[in-house]
Amino acid sequence: MRVVLESLGALVLGLVIGALIMAVWGRDPWASYRALFEGAWGNTRALASSVSRSLPLVLTGLTFAIGVRAGLFNIGAQGQMIIGAIVGLSSALLALPAGFKLPVAMVLSALAGVLWALPVALLKLLRGVSEVISTIMLNWVAHWLALYLVVRKLSDPVRGERTFQVPVGMRFPLIQGELTWALVVSLLAALFLYWLLWYHAKGYEIRAAGLNPKAATTAGISVRRSILLAILLGGACAAWAGAIQVLGRFPYAITSDLAILGSLGFDGIAVALIGRNHPLGVLAGAFFFGTLATGAARMGLRGIPIDMIQIIQGVIVVSMAIPEAFRLLRVKKTSVPTKGKS
Amino acid sequence: MNILIDVLPVALRAMVPITLAAVGEIFTERAGVVNIGLEGIMTLSAFIAGVGSWATRDPWLGVLAGLATGAVLGLVHGFISVCLRGNQVVSGVGINLLGMGAVGFGAWALWGAKSPMLDHSFWVPGISLWGVNFSPFVIMTPVVVAFTWLVLHKTALGLRVRAVGEAPVAADVVGIHVNRLRLWATVYGGALGGLAGAFLSLDWLHTISPTLPAGRGFIALANVVFSKLNPFLALVGGFLFGYFDALAIHLASVAGFGGALPYQFIRTIPYLVTLVVVALAIGRARFPAALGQPYRRE
Repeated sequence: MRVVLESLGALVLGLVIGALIMAVWGRDPWASYRALFEGAWGNTRALASSVSRSLPLVLTGLTFAIGVRAGLFNIGAQGQMIIGAIVGLSSALLALPAGFKLPVAMVLSALAGVLWALPVALLKLLRGVSEVISTIMLNWVAHWLALYLVVRKLSDPVRGERTFQVPVGMRFPLIQGELTWALVVSLLAALFLYWLLWYHAKGYEIRAAGLNPKAATTAGISVRRSILLAILLGGACAAWAGAIQVLGRFPYAITSDLAILGSLGFDGIAVALIGRNHPLGVLAGAFFFGTLATGAARMGLRGIPIDMIQIIQGVIVVSMAIPEAFRLLRVKKTSVPTKGKS
Repeated sequence: MNILIDVLPVALRAMVPITLAAVGEIFTERAGVVNIGLEGIMTLSAFIAGVGSWATRDPWLGVLAGLATGAVLGLVHGFISVCLRGNQVVSGVGINLLGMGAVGFGAWALWGAKSPMLDHSFWVPGISLWGVNFSPFVIMTPVVVAFTWLVLHKTALGLRVRAVGEAPVAADVVGIHVNRLRLWATVYGGALGGLAGAFLSLDWLHTISPTLPAGRGFIALANVVFSKLNPFLALVGGFLFGYFDALAIHLASVAGFGGALPYQFIRTIPYLVTLVVVALAIGRARFPAALGQPYRRE
C-alpha cells in the first residue's frame, strides 16, 4: 500500500509541476489536462490508443526493472529497442512463407537485442565497466547505425521520408482502433518475468544478487550469471519494444529521422520506477505513460508541445529517487543502490 | 595524415566540455556524491545560456546564466542525494530526462523551433593570440583544471572534501560538516557542467537542442574513470576523447572521405573509442570509499 501511495505521490508531483509550468507560460493547465485525459480515455477508440501506446513501454520498462532487480542500472533499452526495430523490419521484408514471417521476425529481433546487450554484460563482468557508461555509448552507436540503414539501405524509393513498409500479411492484426495483437507480446513478457522472478529459482537468484550480492555469493548463488541473465533478458524485451512499434503500428515502417521510435527506451526508466520495478507494476506504469503519450497529441492541438510529457516524466523520476531512500534506511544500508521488494 | 593535424583546432574545442564536466564531477565524487545527470545539466545550461545571451545581448552574461543553471541543478541533485539521502543514480537520470524535456519545451515556447540556430551576435567572441583566434574557453579550461587540483590537493578545504568522501564518520568526529561540504561539492560540479553547456551553445555548436551534448555528459563520466579522479589526467583524457570527437566531425564533413566510409559510421567513432578506453582504463581506477553512500549520524 505504502509503495502505491509513493508512486501516486510522484505522479501527482509531476502533474503539478507540469501545471505550474503551463500556468507560468500563460496556458490554462486545467483545460490542458482535461484535454489530455479526454483525448486518452474519452471513448473506446481513445482508450485503445492509450493501451496501444503503452505496449512498447511495458517492454522497455521491463528491461530497466529486471536490471534493477539484479542490482544494475541498465539504461540501454533505447539502443536495444532501435536495433530490435531495424531487425524486426528487415526480417519482415525477407522472403519467407507467409505464416512464418511474424514469429520469425520477433525471434530474430529478440536475438539481435540480446546480441546488442551482450557487450554491456561482458564489459561489466570482465572489465568492471559501469553499465551506465557502456549502455549510453551503445545507444548512440545504435542510433547512427540505424540512421545509416534507414536512409541508405531500407529507404522506400517512392516515399523518401520512411523505409519500406512491413508487408500487409506480416503485421500484427488489429483488435480495436490502433490496438493490435502486439498486446499479447507485452502481456506475456510481463507475466513471464513475474513468474521468473517470483516463482523460479533463477529469478530468485537474480533478486538475491540484486538485494545483497555478498550474501548471495555466500549462499552459493552466481551473481555474475544473474547479472548476465538480467542484461540479456532486458535486451530481448527492449528489442521487442522496437519490433512491435514497427510491426504493430501505423505506418508499419521507420521514419527516416527515427522519430517513430522516439525515446521509448528512456521512457521505460520512468515506467519501471513508477511500477516499483515489479513486472505487474510496470504494466500499470506503462498504461499511465501510454495515457500521457496519447493525450499529449490532444494537448498539442491546444499549442502545448509534446516535450511537456518529458518534463513531467523527469520530475516523476527525480521524485522517485527520494522515497526509495527512506525505505532503504529502514531496512539498513547495503552496498547496491535501488532495490527493495514490493 | 594531414587530416590528423587539421583536426587539432577542433580537438581543442571538443576537449573543453568533456574536461570541464569531468573535472567538476571529480570534485563531486571526491566528496562522495555521484552525479550522472551531467548530460541533462549540460543540455539545460546550454539552453539557458542561449536565452541569457539572447535576452541581455551580452554573451558573457549568457555564460554566467549557464553556469548558474548548472549550479542550481547541482544544488537540486545535492539536496536530494545529501540532505534527503535519495538514490543518486535515479536522481541523476531524472535530471537527464528533465533537461531534455525542458529544452524541447522551452525552445518551442520561446522561439517556436526545437533546434534553433544561434545568430552570430550571441556567440562568445574569440581571443586573438599570436595572430591565431582562440576560444576563451580553451584557455579557461586548463586554468579551471589547475585551480580544482590546487583546491583538492593543496588546501585544507580540499583535504576536508576528500575526507568526507573517504571516511565521513571520521571527518564528522573531527568536526567537519559532512553534508554541507558534500552539498557544495555537488554545486561546484554542477556549475562546471553548466559552464560546459554554455560553451556548447554559445561558443562551439551555435545551436540549441534537446540532444545538444550528444552523449558528451556521459563521455565526461568515462573521462572521470579514465583520470582516476585526477584533474590533470582529466585534461589529458578530455583532449583524447575530444580528439576523436573532433576527428568524427571533421571526417564527416570532408567530402572526399565521406564516400569511403558512410557519414553515419564516422559519427560512431567517439562512442566506440570511449568504450574501448574505459574498458582498458577501468582496472586502475580507485574511487572514494564512501562514494554514492548517503551519510547519517548514528
